[in-house]
Amino acid sequence: MKKIVVLVKQVPDTANVTVDAMKADGTVNRAALPAIFNPEDLNALEMALSIKDKLDGEVIVITMGPPKAVEILKYSLYMGADRVMLITDRKFAAADTLATSYVLAETIKKIGDVDLVLAGRQAIDGDTAQVGPQVAEKITYNQVTYVSALKEITDEYLIVERDGEVQTEVIKTGYPVLLTVTAEVNSPRYPNCRKMLQYFRADLKDNFDEIDRPLAADNNWIIPTYTLEDLELDEDRCGLKGSPTKVHKIKSIMLKGGDLKMYGTEATDIRQLARDIMKDYVEVN
Amino acid sequence: MKSVVFIEKNPISKQLRNVSLELAYKAYTLSNPLGGDVVGIFTGDSLPDNCDELFQFGMSRLLYYTDERLANLHSIAYKNILELMIKAEAPDIVLFGATHTGRDVAPLIASSLKTGMTADCTQLYIDEYKDKGKILYQMRPAFGGNILATIITPDHRPMMATVREGVMLLPDHRLDNPVRIEAFPINFNELWIKSEFLEIVPKVKKVDFNSANIIVSGGAGVGSEENFLLIRELARALGGEVGASRAAVDFGFVEKDHQVGQTGSVVRPKLYIACGISGQIQHRAGMEESQKIIAINKDPDAPIFNIAHMGIVGDLSEIIPVMLRYLKEEN
Repeated sequence: MKKIVVLVKQVPDTANVTVDAMKADGTVNRAALPAIFNPEDLNALEMALSIKDKLDGEVIVITMGPPKAVEILKYSLYMGADRVMLITDRKFAAADTLATSYVLAETIKKIGDVDLVLAGRQAIDGDTAQVGPQVAEKITYNQVTYVSALKEITDEYLIVERDGEVQTEVIKTGYPVLLTVTAEVNSPRYPNCRKMLQYFRADLKDNFDEIDRPLAADNNWIIPTYTLEDLELDEDRCGLKGSPTKVHKIKSIMLKGGDLKMYGTEATDIRQLARDIMKDYVEVN
Repeated sequence: MKSVVFIEKNPISKQLRNVSLELAYKAYTLSNPLGGDVVGIFTGDSLPDNCDELFQFGMSRLLYYTDERLANLHSIAYKNILELMIKAEAPDIVLFGATHTGRDVAPLIASSLKTGMTADCTQLYIDEYKDKGKILYQMRPAFGGNILATIITPDHRPMMATVREGVMLLPDHRLDNPVRIEAFPINFNELWIKSEFLEIVPKVKKVDFNSANIIVSGGAGVGSEENFLLIRELARALGGEVGASRAAVDFGFVEKDHQVGQTGSVVRPKLYIACGISGQIQHRAGMEESQKIIAINKDPDAPIFNIAHMGIVGDLSEIIPVMLRYLKEEN
C-alpha cells in the first residue's frame, strides 16, 4: 500500500510550432499553440499507475497552474488517478522553479506520509529539469533523476535504471524517494473507457451552475482547487515575489541570413558540390 | 566578482569532462576583469587525472573532498559537500555543467541556498543593473528554443547557472596559473548515502560529435530508416559523424544518440550537412554555430536555407548517390 504523488504540468506544445503560432512581428503566439500534458509527466503518471497495479496504493496527481490546467487533471482521472488537486492562485503567477517547488513541496507535506513522488524529468516549455530536485530538497527525500527503467518494486525498496549519460546506473533505493523519469521509462497507457464515462463531466466547482452542483458533488465530478490560503503558504515565497530569477528580456529567435551559394541538381552541379567539400573539409593524405 | 565552478570527472575515462574546462575559462572571462578569482569544487572517489589543465584555463584554486563512497552520484552527499564549499567561498557566481550530474545536484543546492538558478545558458555576461551594480546576465533558449530569454538574479547570491557541454568555447592560448589543489575538510555523514549502486554499465559510445570535423545529418525529409543509410554512407565517405533532427529520431530512422538540437547535442563542426532537415528552431539551436552549413532540401522555402552557406533544392535520395559516386571515384 503506497501513497504516490505525481507532479504534472500543462504546457504549450512547443514541438509543434507552426506558422500560425508565430505573430507577424516574429514573436510566439502562445494562444495559437495547443496546451498539452507535458509528455514526460505522462510517463511519471504511468509509472505511478503501474506501481499501484502491483503494490496497491493511492495515486494523487497535483498540478500548479491556471484553471485551464484542469484539463490534464481530468485526463489523469481517465488514466486511473485516484485523486487530483489543482493548486491555483493568481499569487502563484510568474513563479520560477524555486517558488514553484516551494508550493509543490508544501502541498506534498500537507498530503502527508507520501512514499513516492514522481515527476517528468523536465517540462518542454522551460526544459530546466529543476523543479523535481528542488521539491526533493524541500521535502528532504532521496532523489533519483533521469530514471530510464523501473526494474523491480517491492514494499521496501525499488530498483531503477538511471541514464548517467556515459553510463547506465542500476540503483536501489528505499522510501520515501522522489524520481524524475525520462520518456524511455515506459509507454503511457490509454485512457480507460469506464473512467472516461465516469469523469467526462468532471470540472472545477465554478464551472457547474448552482443546479448541477449537488449532482456533480455526488458523482465526484468536482475537481478540487487549493489556493495560497488553503495551503497556508508564505506569500513571500510564492509567485513573482518568491522568485529570485527575473526575466529581464525576451527575444524571439530570428533567422540570420547568410551568403548562400546554391548548386543545381544536375550531376555536374552535385559533383561540383562534392568537389568543394573535399577540397575544403576533407584532409587528403 | 568571484566565481565557483563545479568540476566533473568522466567516470569512465577518469579525465575532466570538457564542460569543466569550458566553464573554468568562461568563469575566468567573467571574474578576472573585475579582479575576482575562479575556484573549482570537486567531490568524488578520486580527482580527475588531468586536473592541472584547469589552471591553464584560468582557475585559481581547486577544492576537493574525495572518499571512495562517493564514486557514484549520491545526490544528497554531493549536495551537502558542494554546498559547504560554496558557503566557505561565498562567491557571486556559481556555474555547473548541464550534465546529468550537474542537473541533478545544482538545483538541490539552489533550493537549499534559496537562490536563483538558470538552466542551459548559452551566453553569460556581466553588466550593470539599475542600482544593484554589476550582475550576471544569463541568456537561454526557452519555449522549445523559440525564444531567447535573458534571466537575471538581481537580489540573491550566488547567481547560479548551468551550461551545456560544447556551448562555451576554449581559447587557443593557455594561461600559466600556478596549480593550487586543496583538500576541503568535511565531516562526512553516513546518512548522506541513501542509494545503493548495484551495477554500472558503461554506455558504448556510438556517436562522437566532439572530434568530428564534418557532421552529416538527416531529418524527417529522409523519409525512412532505409533511406537513412544514405546519410550514414555520406558521413562515412567524408570521415564524418552522423547527426539527426528530433523528427528523424522520433520517426525511428536513427538512434537518439545522434540527435542534434535543443534536446540533443550542441555541435560546432567545420561543416554541417543538413539533409531533409527543415531547420526548425529546436534543431538550429544545436547546430547553427557550425562554421559552414550545407542544406539539401526539397522545399526551397525551408528555413534551413536561411542559415545555410551552400544549398541544393532537390531530392536527397537522388543527390546523395551522385555525391557518393563522385567520392568513390576520387578515392
